[in-house]
Amino acid sequence: MTNTLHRYGDEESLRNDFIVFAIPCRGHNDHDSVPKLRRFLRLASRHHPVNLGDGSRGGIYRPSKALNPLAHWRREGEPDFETVIEGVSSPTTVAAVFDNREAVEAFVAELRQEDLGLSINISALVDRAQECCEDVGLARHSVEYSLGFMGKTDRLADRHVLELSTMCGHGMISFTFARKMIDWVKEGRRTPEQACGYLSRFCSCGVFNPTRAGEILERARRRNS
Amino acid sequence: MIIDPKKCVACGNCVAVCPMGAIYIDPVKRRATVNQDECVECYTCFRGMSTEHLNPTLVRGIRKLGGFFRWRFDPEPDVCPTAAITEQELAWPRIVRRAFSDPVVPHESTGVHGRGTEEVKTNDITNRVGTEDAGFTVEFGRPTIGVRFWQIQEMTRALAGTGIEFEPRNPVTSLMADTSTGELRPDILNEKILSAIVEFKTALPNVPRVLSLVKEVAGRLDTVVAVGVSARCDAQGENRLEEMLTREGFAYNRGKTNLGLGRASLEVAEAAAHT
Repeated sequence: MTNTLHRYGDEESLRNDFIVFAIPCRGHNDHDSVPKLRRFLRLASRHHPVNLGDGSRGGIYRPSKALNPLAHWRREGEPDFETVIEGVSSPTTVAAVFDNREAVEAFVAELRQEDLGLSINISALVDRAQECCEDVGLARHSVEYSLGFMGKTDRLADRHVLELSTMCGHGMISFTFARKMIDWVKEGRRTPEQACGYLSRFCSCGVFNPTRAGEILERARRRNS
Repeated sequence: MIIDPKKCVACGNCVAVCPMGAIYIDPVKRRATVNQDECVECYTCFRGMSTEHLNPTLVRGIRKLGGFFRWRFDPEPDVCPTAAITEQELAWPRIVRRAFSDPVVPHESTGVHGRGTEEVKTNDITNRVGTEDAGFTVEFGRPTIGVRFWQIQEMTRALAGTGIEFEPRNPVTSLMADTSTGELRPDILNEKILSAIVEFKTALPNVPRVLSLVKEVAGRLDTVVAVGVSARCDAQGENRLEEMLTREGFAYNRGKTNLGLGRASLEVAEAAAHT
């Protein structure tokens, strides 16, 4: 699941984008991992994450399969943390998304004390993750570096679309839909918050960062770089 | 994926959400239609869109009336009003499209959701990438361009024999007819998927050669390639790869950092000690 590695954006755009995830190791510690994965999510929820995700069931924003037609005028969109936590029923990857370093450090410090035995990773700017480790008193074990995109990069979309689309690394947020949301925000047909809600529901493992998405949409609206 | 013509009201919402751009409104049938050759069975439309279960005849009537008077109704953009998007049974080899494109479906070869393995995310337990190694994840088709297996094969053929070792538990490796040549099974070569990750490791000194080769082959393919390279850190949390990447002119800013908090469960550790 390299779904968070290749998020597009410059350092300023990615500065406050952190995904902390826990993953059981198949054949080594996965058989008794479900309560630990739930515990991870429960601890994360105390630190005000902007999203929580279960790699096989989704995040705190999910589509509804029996939507009331009145939703076109008034859509219920409250984030549902409890469904994510209680929904974990088999070994999977779980993630918590944060929009500030202080919360990540506090969460990692608590994880260290809790000693779940699961592999814990931070997906973020390499330097920012290293700072977190140092502040918590951990030495990095391994690092995977994103070298970005190669090949026919002229087939990619513009920067704002790419920034939004790559926040679902599984590619569930299409360029066209991201473009449509930018246009709707520019046209005043939807607020950035509403557009973030639509985009979040397509991320099937809950690693989309709605705070960052809101900033990107706001920048796109004003055409700031 | 198919769209039920009896239910579809041609609202067009599904057109924009398809990552592959495979859905269009057929001007003759006046229904949303899926280009089956381009559809990668990612289930984004089926799973990601909310659904209502409105009467199609009623919705078509209202849309026709609104269209006549040029009324603009601004519906929710992620909703299929009549639940017209329908799964279809997938047979071999088309079924590999879903296995590589729908992240909710675990690969039979790895048991992991998504297209890769655990990579270095569990390296604190497996030590798969050692201090003298570099791990690679070369991903094709992402974001949202897609790739066919024959394009991936161009890369795996080029990489085979360059001192790399394909990750045995990776889904692409499991589809190789011969890992020594990088040949994939011929019956899947024309299948289109949203993305796939080729994983391998090599000795640290071989990194510049491999990166140069990946860049060269990627330039020949009509898709995008996203490259990740990983290293094991020393006791101080440092590694030699960072300096090597900088020296070779490969910029990086994002990454995944394994904190080293994982360990094998007691039973597994005891079993390993006895063997």
